[in-house]
Amino acid sequence: MPIALPLPRQYKQKRFRVMPGFHITLGFTLFYLSLIVLIPLSALFLKTFTLTWADFAAAVTSDRVMASYRLSFGASLIAAVVNAVFGGIVAWVLVRYTFPGKKIVDALVDLPFALPTAVAGIALTALYAPNGWIGTALAHLGLKVAFTPLGVVVALVFIGLPFVVRTVQPVLQEADHEFEEAAASLGATRWQTFLHVIFPGILPALLTGFALAFARAAGEYGSVIFIAGNMPMISEITPLLIVTKLEQYDYAGATAIAMVMLLVSFALLLAINILQAWTRRRGLTSRS
Amino acid sequence: MSSAATTLLLPSHSPGLPAAQVPSALQEAPWVRALLIGIALAFLALFLFVPLAAVFVEALRKGWDAYVAAIVEPDAWAAIKLTLLTAAIAVPLNLVFGVAAAWAIAKFEFRGKNVLLTLIDLPFSVSPVISGLIYVLMFGAQGWIGPWLADHDIKILFAVPGIVLATMFVTFPFVARELIPLMQAQGSDEEEASLVLGASGWQTFRRVTLPNIKWGLLYGVILCNARAMGEFGAVSVVSGHIRGETNTMPLHVEILYNEYNFAAAFAVASLLALLALVTLAVKSFIEWRAHRAQLAQIRPESSQ
Repeated sequence: MPIALPLPRQYKQKRFRVMPGFHITLGFTLFYLSLIVLIPLSALFLKTFTLTWADFAAAVTSDRVMASYRLSFGASLIAAVVNAVFGGIVAWVLVRYTFPGKKIVDALVDLPFALPTAVAGIALTALYAPNGWIGTALAHLGLKVAFTPLGVVVALVFIGLPFVVRTVQPVLQEADHEFEEAAASLGATRWQTFLHVIFPGILPALLTGFALAFARAAGEYGSVIFIAGNMPMISEITPLLIVTKLEQYDYAGATAIAMVMLLVSFALLLAINILQAWTRRRGLTSRS
Repeated sequence: MSSAATTLLLPSHSPGLPAAQVPSALQEAPWVRALLIGIALAFLALFLFVPLAAVFVEALRKGWDAYVAAIVEPDAWAAIKLTLLTAAIAVPLNLVFGVAAAWAIAKFEFRGKNVLLTLIDLPFSVSPVISGLIYVLMFGAQGWIGPWLADHDIKILFAVPGIVLATMFVTFPFVARELIPLMQAQGSDEEEASLVLGASGWQTFRRVTLPNIKWGLLYGVILCNARAMGEFGAVSVVSGHIRGETNTMPLHVEILYNEYNFAAAFAVASLLALLALVTLAVKSFIEWRAHRAQLAQIRPESSQ
């Protein structure tokens, strides 16, 4: 390692200029970002500002829209809870245990990231429909999944599955066993060690994964519309309502609902950033 | 090799001891382990493996000939070509952007960098439907420049340019997101050495930076490509669903499915599922290589 001498500030800045291409790369980055993301997104904000406050409030609080919020956010919440519990178990099993086919299972966890949502949607519908493989079995139990709000939850569990696994897995992998050894040598049972040592260490990652899964699920469209049945007031998600309004040329209504969704996403993004900072500060490693 | 990996990652596990000799206080009881593995695999089977298998079973339900017929049918073929064209435009543009953004962010210090990073990630947190809607608001008949476009007979919305733009939006962060942390971790020492030795900026990029980031670049590109070919929500809003003209593969799957032509819908869907599987295979391969390179760096003597 070369010893870094503390240089006066102006020298440090000069040193950076050895590297070429700052203006052209940053210039292109900002130009492309504005063209593809910022200007189109600002169209949404400007369109919202053309609405009167009363119109906006009416558009985003009508009964049908409120029912869609309840479904979209309620189903996303249930799906994220399911994913937090089972995703946590999957991450634990993949890091701590060995079993045949583990590498393939590990690779397939990312399937929901790679599989187009429409394909996931029709596959899940075919399985959970009353005449499908799983649907038939559930029908015997008197349970109807496809074309009900429960179907929405199933699709959202699929979509959010990798988030919890992939946020908890690295934290478990980097965990030092010293803490567990210390707990054990102080007389803790395995369950006590898990509850008081391991669980607090993975909690921030678990919550981050939960929030990521929830955020993704709330905006999801492709996989849900096939299995949901899309009955207004019962199984109609908010993104579908935006599409419906667009098809009726109700641009103002679509924009107002989209604005609400966007603000919720931004709030979630902020929460996720805070959670990720927390994850970095608190892990299961003895370093830091 | 893999036992060496475990040793490195979990330094306090004694590598020589068989599992039974790890102190029982540091391991769950065998029945607990079996139960947890069982729960994890059952959950994954129910939500991942069975749906994946269902795509192929349903696709081949009416036999191989019907399967091939559904794929070579003119509308399906047009959808496949449009999907390939869209990805062929969107992915390279996002690749160039990703490299430029990573270079600016990783190699230089400037004010507002964190804001820029947040803005680059923004498309990931926007619902696909909204990603389509914003282009409708810009280019639609009632939109910002819609009337001007109509006067000049330029079609963007409900045509190929709109589909490409919406795809570019949803796949915008992929390459940049992979490259930025990678190039930040690598620093600029090697590039500076090359420049001091007289190489031009472009030579330095091609001969020094590119070999260092090639696997990260490929990783970003395959993820970007998978999403570009599979995007449904955003493209659905801007496409107009004109059969044989503005239908991408996922939209064609939807149309066939809604016409109760299930075998054909699953046949086209199976191509997209194959694409997903290839993507995952390439991704695993890159991760395996990166892991091996990391091991070789930590223990150079063991890599021979």
